[in-house]
Amino acid sequence: MDEASITARITARFSERLLGTYTFRGQHAVTVGAGDLRAVLTWLRDEPDLQFDWLMDLAGVDYQGYDLEDDERAWRFEVVYQLYSLKHNHRFRVKVAVHEENPEVPSVWDLWGVANWMEREVWDLYGVRFSGHPNLRRILCHDEFVGHALRKDYPINKRQKFERPSEVILCDKVEWA
Amino acid sequence: MGLETQVQNPFIVTRMDEVINWGRKYSMWPLPFGTACCAIEFMGVVSGRFDISRFGAELVRFSPRQADLLLVMGTVCQKQAPVLKQIYDQMPNPKWVLSMGACASSGGFYDNYSVVQGIDELIPVDVYVAGCPPRPENVLGAVMKIMEKIDRERVAEWR
Repeated sequence: MDEASITARITARFSERLLGTYTFRGQHAVTVGAGDLRAVLTWLRDEPDLQFDWLMDLAGVDYQGYDLEDDERAWRFEVVYQLYSLKHNHRFRVKVAVHEENPEVPSVWDLWGVANWMEREVWDLYGVRFSGHPNLRRILCHDEFVGHALRKDYPINKRQKFERPSEVILCDKVEWA
Repeated sequence: MGLETQVQNPFIVTRMDEVINWGRKYSMWPLPFGTACCAIEFMGVVSGRFDISRFGAELVRFSPRQADLLLVMGTVCQKQAPVLKQIYDQMPNPKWVLSMGACASSGGFYDNYSVVQGIDELIPVDVYVAGCPPRPENVLGAVMKIMEKIDRERVAEWR
């Protein structure tokens, strides 16, 4: 299914709950609120003719200081979900709006296990909390790191010094669904 | 027919420093702290074409207890800084440090939140090698610089 048709399917199903749909160079995306995220993603994963069984990537974006004229975002952050269907060989992009006052998004690690570490990375670098995540610790920065390094208001070369090596936990000790 | 026929007297007289420094400088045991692409270049330094064993430093050790030449090759991030410090502290004296490449020496082009701006913020460095990455000849040149430095050392000063 091509991405325009997927957008049409989502719009038909979730029309009143979508914050927006976007097209850029033939790539389609929809934006949803944090409250609707799990419903949309679960539906995309389980619907027989969509079957997005692979979360290819999950990333954070900080739009502070973003100066495109047509940018009408009322929120500062977004978390972007890149989906792929091994069954149908099609792709789709879902973004979730994250407000600065309460940067919290439901975790999807139980839908795609791979989200576990990706969500930890977004938490580490952007400070977006993922509610329901079993192990939301920093994954890249030192465990004593203060702040979130890829936020636009973090000084680009503010370096923090650490006296001891970061704690190493070899196993997440997670009960897999 | 050999050398022994040429040597009439089995004893020679020299300074203690000369003998010990001579032994040390031709038997450095390197510890590779390789974090980036410079470590790949180090493989070239060790391999046959350039062959660091010509300088007696081919016995690469992966335990700091057994090494006396620390080769820091690559980008060192702030999270890794305490690890590098700990490894340096674990090496027994006498020890020397070779900082290989732009990243280890100055942070390279990574002027950001995560990268140490030169390992001399953490540990003393004997020789810096420029390059991104340096040619193997540069590294061998740096090893020879350390040899010259060992030559000037007084054994009594190591405590």
